[in-house]
Amino acid sequence: MNLLEMNHVQKSFDGLEVIKDISLAVGEGEIVSVIGPSGSGKSTLLRCATMLEEMDNGELIYLGEKAAWNDENGHTVYAPKKELKKIQENYGLVFQNFNLFPHFSVLKNIMDAPISVQKRDKEEVHKTALELLRKMGLEDKADAYPCQLSGGQCQRVAIARALALNPKILFFDEPTSALDPELTGEVLKVIRSLADLHIAMVIVTHEMAFARDISDRVIFMADGVIVEEGRPEEVFASNNERTQTFLGRYGEMLK
Amino acid sequence: MTLAKMISQLAGGMFVSIQIFMVTLIFSLPLGMVIAFGRMSKNKVIQGLVKAYISIMRGTPLMLQLMVVYFGPYYLFGIKVSNSYRLIAALIGFVINYAAYFAEIYRSGIQSMPVGQYEAAKLLGYSKNQTFFKIILPQVVKRILPSITNEVITLVKDTSLAFTIAVLEMFTIAKALASSQTSMIPFIAAGVFYYVFNLVVAMAMEYAEKKLSYYQ
Repeated sequence: MNLLEMNHVQKSFDGLEVIKDISLAVGEGEIVSVIGPSGSGKSTLLRCATMLEEMDNGELIYLGEKAAWNDENGHTVYAPKKELKKIQENYGLVFQNFNLFPHFSVLKNIMDAPISVQKRDKEEVHKTALELLRKMGLEDKADAYPCQLSGGQCQRVAIARALALNPKILFFDEPTSALDPELTGEVLKVIRSLADLHIAMVIVTHEMAFARDISDRVIFMADGVIVEEGRPEEVFASNNERTQTFLGRYGEMLK
Repeated sequence: MTLAKMISQLAGGMFVSIQIFMVTLIFSLPLGMVIAFGRMSKNKVIQGLVKAYISIMRGTPLMLQLMVVYFGPYYLFGIKVSNSYRLIAALIGFVINYAAYFAEIYRSGIQSMPVGQYEAAKLLGYSKNQTFFKIILPQVVKRILPSITNEVITLVKDTSLAFTIAVLEMFTIAKALASSQTSMIPFIAAGVFYYVFNLVVAMAMEYAEKKLSYYQ
């Protein structure tokens, strides 16, 4: 069964069609990168998948459970709030600008949701959080506040925070776009290391080499549609004109 | 009249002033939050009513508002009010006036919160209540503390306006004593009282700000 299924998704903002009939599926443990020029609708697609944005049209299904579907009149309806809340537990999101809670320490940022939302045991969550911090290379920052950390460290805390809730699928919305190249490296390294957790990941990114190396599948989006998708080596060697135009500069850089 | 007698009379007024100050804060701070939510309500009727309320409270003199609250029951409805209503009227007047100001401060603080905080909270599964009380409110408090300090300091001095409806607070008594004793001392004593009161308030608020400066 697919973890995530999006069928015929459409989304407009003030009459501007940002996503035009996109369908995609993500399987268990699969790592999918979404690449494409700015304004192609990648982030909007992610925001629709995570229900931060309501789709105008289409289906959204997590593990076979419908979060949204089209009724007989073709209008999208969402499941009742209670069900959505349950469905929402399947996924997490890492934001471009982290969105850590500045008044919580690093440890509390990670521990608070598992304790107060999932009602898990405090001891167990504490252990998990420390484990995650170690994985992120931040074991000495447990008591620091986000304002005392670098951007790269903040993003790693944000990743730990999302992982602490044990999602089956983790979305990344341009996780390194707010970081300088040096910090980008450390965050990408951490994301790479998550591959062996067998959590499915959907990563919107401008880091082409990263997308190529880490992904099971690459989706190239432009102007609100999926132009091409496939194994990274296929997409990066594509003959499609639009894909080539976009990847052209990157290809040249590799030479 | 001896100085000691004067001071003891002033002390009584001081107690009433502090009482007005405390009661006003205790009621207007939470009430302001309720009003702020009304002001931000998606319901146009509620929003309109609250907007009009805030506009009137901020657009007319507090002195006038106190008189309306005190004399209103008799002039409007013919209700004869007892003497003890004086203080109650003053308290009501202060509370509804300051709640309007606090509401606007809360609103500015809440609306200045980046949407990312709400989005992160939503993704982590926090309920609306949890999001507000755990994530948003603590940060709002930090942001608005300097504005609140301003209002609280103004309130200390505004308590003297209760003299308009003859509440026996510090200023009313000082004024009466000054004219009956033809002495400056009551005024000086009153000045010292308000100044020291505000000094304490400012120090307390500064302490609170310091306490909250552990982040950002």
